[in-house]
Amino acid sequence: MHPIVRSHSAAILPVRNVSRRRFMQGAGGLVLGVALGPAAARAAAGASAAQADGAAFAPNAFVRIGTDGSVTVLSKHLEMGQGAYTGLATLVAEELDADWASVRVQGAPADTALYKNLALGVQGTGGSTAIANSYEQMRRAGATARAMLVAAAARQWQVDAKDITVSAGIVRHAATQRQAGFGELAAAAARLPVPDSVPLKAAADFQLIGKEAPRRVDGRAKTDGTAMFTQDMKLPGMLVAMAAHPPRFGGKVAGFDASKAKAVPGVRHVVQFAGTGHNFEGVAVLADNTWAARTGRDALQVQWDDSQAHRKGSDDIRAQYRAALDRPGTVAASHGDVEAALAQAAKVIEAEYEVPYLAHAAMEPMNCLVQLGDGRCDIWNGEQFQTVDQAAVAKVLGLAPEQVFITQLYAGGSFGRRANAHADYVTEAALIAKAARDQGVRAPIKLVWTREDDMRGGYYRPLNVHRARIGLDAQGKLLAWHVRLAGQSIFLGGPFEGAMQNGIDPTSVEGQADLRYAVPNLQVESYTPRDIGVPVLWYRSVGHTHTAFSAEGLIDEAAAAAGQDPVAYRAALLEQHPRHRKVLELAAERAGWLQPLAAGAQGQRRGRGVALHESFNTIVAQVAEVTVQPDGSFKVDRIVCALDCGVVVNPDVVRAQMEGGIGFGLSTALHGALTLKDGQVEQSNFHDYPVMRINEMPGVEVHTVASAEKPTGVGEPGVPPVAPAVANALYAATGQRIRALPFAARVKPLAGQG
Amino acid sequence: MASLNINGKDTALDAPDEMPLLWALRDVANLTGTKYGCGMALCGACTVHADGTPIRSCVTPLAAVAGKRITTIEGVGGDRVGQAVQAAWRKLDVAQCGYCQSGQIMSATALLAQNKQPSDADIDSAMGGNVCRCATYVRIRAAIHEAARALA
Repeated sequence: MHPIVRSHSAAILPVRNVSRRRFMQGAGGLVLGVALGPAAARAAAGASAAQADGAAFAPNAFVRIGTDGSVTVLSKHLEMGQGAYTGLATLVAEELDADWASVRVQGAPADTALYKNLALGVQGTGGSTAIANSYEQMRRAGATARAMLVAAAARQWQVDAKDITVSAGIVRHAATQRQAGFGELAAAAARLPVPDSVPLKAAADFQLIGKEAPRRVDGRAKTDGTAMFTQDMKLPGMLVAMAAHPPRFGGKVAGFDASKAKAVPGVRHVVQFAGTGHNFEGVAVLADNTWAARTGRDALQVQWDDSQAHRKGSDDIRAQYRAALDRPGTVAASHGDVEAALAQAAKVIEAEYEVPYLAHAAMEPMNCLVQLGDGRCDIWNGEQFQTVDQAAVAKVLGLAPEQVFITQLYAGGSFGRRANAHADYVTEAALIAKAARDQGVRAPIKLVWTREDDMRGGYYRPLNVHRARIGLDAQGKLLAWHVRLAGQSIFLGGPFEGAMQNGIDPTSVEGQADLRYAVPNLQVESYTPRDIGVPVLWYRSVGHTHTAFSAEGLIDEAAAAAGQDPVAYRAALLEQHPRHRKVLELAAERAGWLQPLAAGAQGQRRGRGVALHESFNTIVAQVAEVTVQPDGSFKVDRIVCALDCGVVVNPDVVRAQMEGGIGFGLSTALHGALTLKDGQVEQSNFHDYPVMRINEMPGVEVHTVASAEKPTGVGEPGVPPVAPAVANALYAATGQRIRALPFAARVKPLAGQG
Repeated sequence: MASLNINGKDTALDAPDEMPLLWALRDVANLTGTKYGCGMALCGACTVHADGTPIRSCVTPLAAVAGKRITTIEGVGGDRVGQAVQAAWRKLDVAQCGYCQSGQIMSATALLAQNKQPSDADIDSAMGGNVCRCATYVRIRAAIHEAARALA
């Protein structure tokens, strides 16, 4: 997912300190609106703790302390694997001086005023912003709670607050040898005014930030089967819904026969549901359990009207883009004069790169639980885009957004799929519940998509074709960079279309338009088709998934054409970007770039390739090592990764995100391809849409540049460099330049190459 | 109605014979730790043990496991090997989104019950049926070695 209120070139919005007034208003509103209980409401409002049974201490919207000393952090960000719960809790616990073992995390409710993402301006998780936008906000939330606990102790003990220390959840006054746990002070702290400003620790005093000690807060629940995903939610009387979707995007229901579906034991109702213009309409089967719902759904006989449906195939789309690339596009970035420079270049590289559509294929297929009440709708979901989903559901149900209540559960992966400007599966669940209610069915309804529904459900990473002309001078120096990019816009036709600038979607050109290498003449153009009905969406690292592949392939081609070392060639072009250069050099050094790669067995070829890419303000370089067999099959043996993400909050989570990002990117690069024929998606499940398995996972080493800069994201930036690093390694090994993804079957046999 | 032993308890499940064990466990027995990922035995998220052998519960009809001893993620900690695997998973923080990890842990436990010192190649082979889209594979390998050490 991508920030929606900034272009790729703008700096991330500064984190604003949330004032006491904001906290107070917020906490009160939250508790009144969202069933955190009257005790918390009174505590937050500063009412007498004597009235507040349980004496919960709720100094702000993010921290709850119980009389048992437990610290609950309300996470405004979805935990979808990236470690957001652990990261936000680390920030709070650091300034609170909490005992890590007593820290719990729970998803915050949907409430944009309280819980908006300060980088996006709406409540939502994405754009690798969770830590970046929360860094000061969460620390301040913890520091405020700490100050109030200290003040309560000072008052109780009749001592000066500045002589009180806090460590691992214990408040102490050394001189009088008094101490108390957070739980003992919670009630008294709740009666005190919330301080206007609290100091934050200096980095040198950090006990948790940057340390290995805080382990993931979700590690236990995710190893004993107790972690609660949407798929696992059950309410009394709940029915499971499975939907028949049209086989083509834009198809409509012409008629249906539900008699066979209704004959399936356990099937209770069959309802036709409306679409939204962007999202599917269809027919849903409501049943007592998932198997009955599936059996019933598969027994439905639906006649579809495809007269308005999208009928292009991916080959047609690719051909359309190639033709469009013969003509100038809309200029996304330009300096110097590329045409003049190319005319006088000693060498011109002409190349075309292409990448297919991709399905996110998160392990948990899309699903959503909805309960309609009088003047309200309750939703349980691996919720990634609260503000947007509230508005979309409110619109189809005729409610106000604040009448849509959302409980944020764990998500079994997302990679962008659960944050959709068109709120597709969430509104589908609401529309099915509405259709059911119109038939007198008031049961809570859990919509469950099968793997096939998920893979054919649209909202793919867009297919892209990039055409480039790169000019070098007689010394091989980069002279001109002219790239035309063709691919669907993610913003076009949605609520964020206003973020497009001069008809250019920043998420289509990011990573090319802001090329960091010094080149005196650059022009990046964009072609945005408006007649393709395949729904597209951000996919972990968004535009960088394709621009890094072409940009880092092209710079490698330039280095090769110049007869220069790929690392040295890049480094020489990064004088203006010392952080990038440092990351590149760190990766190269740790990979042993200057030492020759150990030879493979007889007949094998080995090669090493590098790529460097900045995304979401984090800079990542990767060196890939590959071994190619005589038949062209190959294995990625090892990836050495270096990054600069500013202050590292949780070093092990950062490593995990690089490992996972590399694996995710490699899966895409090796296998990912979703194709359409006559408007129909050809793949359906993991047999025809293979994803990477453990046998293909290389060893990964992660090295971080020490930095005191504000933290930037790590969820996405590990993804973009891996495909080009492997492509460049394959070139080094075989001399074959692979310019299209996936790699599968593109490397030709080595025989005859000498 | 099928009778089977789930995590040490004799259990009668009021479900049709053809219902896959996965849905009987999740929707009828309320054991939701076992996950649906593909429904075609392609991803391993639904892995449980039947008489100690790992099976894909999404394609196993209830009738096929009648009378058998079923172990799920909720019960695997009752076994020394399963407990060591869970502990290694926690120590190394293997899980990211966590959705596939029940199946990973069940497959890893079955591997270690058969092979006390698996090599990387043994691990790749035994775990090849379990997909992780978060690509926690580096840590899965390391955690299996860690559990093997703890059990030695």
